[in-house]
Amino acid sequence: MNAIYFRYEILRLFRNRQNFIFSLIFPIVLYLVIAGQNKDAVVGDLPFPTYYMAGMITFGGLGAVIGGGARIAFERDRGWTRQLRISPLSPLSYLRTKVATSYLMAAITITLLYVAGISLGVRMPLQRWVEMTALILIGLIPFVALGIMLGHLIKSDSMGPVMGGGMSFLSIFGGAFGQLGADGSLFNKITQVIPSYWIVRAGQTATGGRAWGTTGWVVVAVWSIVLTYGAMWAYRRDAGRP
Amino acid sequence: MTVNTAALTRGPTTGGISLAGLTKSFGDVHAVRGVDIEIAPGETVALLGPNGAGKSTTIDMMLGLLPPDSGSVTLFGRSARDAVAAGTVGAMLQSGGLIAFLTVRELITMMASLYPNPLPVAEVLAVTGITEIAGQRTDKLSGGQTQRVRAALALVTNPELLVLDEPTVAMDVEGRHQFWTFMRNVASSGKTVVFATHYLEEADSYADRIILMARGRVVADGPTTEIKATVGLKTIRATLPQADLPALRALPGVSLAESRGEAIVLTCSDSDQAIRALLSNYAQARDVEISGAGLEEAFLALTGDPAAHPGQTERDHTEHAHTGVDQ
Repeated sequence: MNAIYFRYEILRLFRNRQNFIFSLIFPIVLYLVIAGQNKDAVVGDLPFPTYYMAGMITFGGLGAVIGGGARIAFERDRGWTRQLRISPLSPLSYLRTKVATSYLMAAITITLLYVAGISLGVRMPLQRWVEMTALILIGLIPFVALGIMLGHLIKSDSMGPVMGGGMSFLSIFGGAFGQLGADGSLFNKITQVIPSYWIVRAGQTATGGRAWGTTGWVVVAVWSIVLTYGAMWAYRRDAGRP
Repeated sequence: MTVNTAALTRGPTTGGISLAGLTKSFGDVHAVRGVDIEIAPGETVALLGPNGAGKSTTIDMMLGLLPPDSGSVTLFGRSARDAVAAGTVGAMLQSGGLIAFLTVRELITMMASLYPNPLPVAEVLAVTGITEIAGQRTDKLSGGQTQRVRAALALVTNPELLVLDEPTVAMDVEGRHQFWTFMRNVASSGKTVVFATHYLEEADSYADRIILMARGRVVADGPTTEIKATVGLKTIRATLPQADLPALRALPGVSLAESRGEAIVLTCSDSDQAIRALLSNYAQARDVEISGAGLEEAFLALTGDPAAHPGQTERDHTEHAHTGVDQ
């Protein structure tokens, strides 16, 4: 990875203050308001603030990494992607930088939600924080790829609705705002093929709750592979003039 | 046994640019229909042609941005992709803007960091006359300033081949002049420069050689003076009812005769000869006007095929020159 290129990419991320602040603020405010009002409630075997932290991490994390696609779409519109393609910057280096900036945004979102969670009484052993974080970051892989794919497929003026719709769909049906269908029901089983379901579950896993199990790993792995190929396909076909 | 190493290394291959048998279609639109171009290192070449001639598509293939349907591209003995990866190519592409949230200096520094052998950023800022705006954000620039920054982005890469696709399209006359003044310095430093334009004057003033393109083909290729004589056609318009077109076409200096109602339009290779012949043979001709032919008319005369208008292959999005800035 080219260090100077990466540094300026991060600088651009932070200097885009409106985008930066608004993408962070929404999940956190939502969390503080809703979890704050249900501080002492319990969902299954989880305290509500812990349960809801997982949901908002999914919602906010998805927004953070799919937002990487919106930045790509803007760069394409400006012809910048073509300019980079005729530079020695390798496609791999380019994509790595995009993945890294997406993850950086996700990491900031997750950290802020952890802080908000702790302020509402979320407690767990360090080892479980680590485990949960690892599973969340792995669970985000398909969405990082999805963002890059959308960024290279969709024009920036359509990116708003596509992102908003996609994020809402994936968050709601993944169970970020509350599990859909009772445990063991057919509907709940269907929602398990949506990869965001497993980010929600990752947040619950580390509290001693339910683990990913084989189904979780397979779903996340299959989506990761499919969408990574999708992202590479979209990147390759995108060299033409806008 | 002795080996003549000089003979081995000299070889028949030039270190220049070779486009061989390039074709490219977009659906039914045949944008490029068989282009062969050889460019020697150090040449400054203009790709001249009207909109839709296939210039930008040819350039995209030259840069490896578009895969040709058939044919091959060789840049300095390498494939386009390898030449790009080695940092030997710099370009100012058509319809490009700048990404936002960086200053001019930061953006140029970022671009320089991608290349193995960039020019010093300060030097490029000075040459392109943007030192004063180096600290400004790229989204706060005028159209002309944006074009200069784009030129600086191409220059800082210090390439062997510099490609400029309609670089002055969004500039005023003054901006155009300044642009070519500093680009001429680049060309004289031994780099190979290829630029696309639809201004004959620009090709004439700044290129050693002009490659004329129309409807996806090279229709003429030669030293600037030669091509200029070919396309620097004049037209004579006059009111001349019931004109005998074949007879008009046979007049000295006339290469094409058409009628438009009561008027005739003569496309002339030598308008001086033609006007004398016209007036001595047709004393009744009125409202006579002589004007420089547009490039498109010149192409029609050259290719002698008025039915197939060059505008057919709409791939040169010249009108779309974005100069604004966003994210």
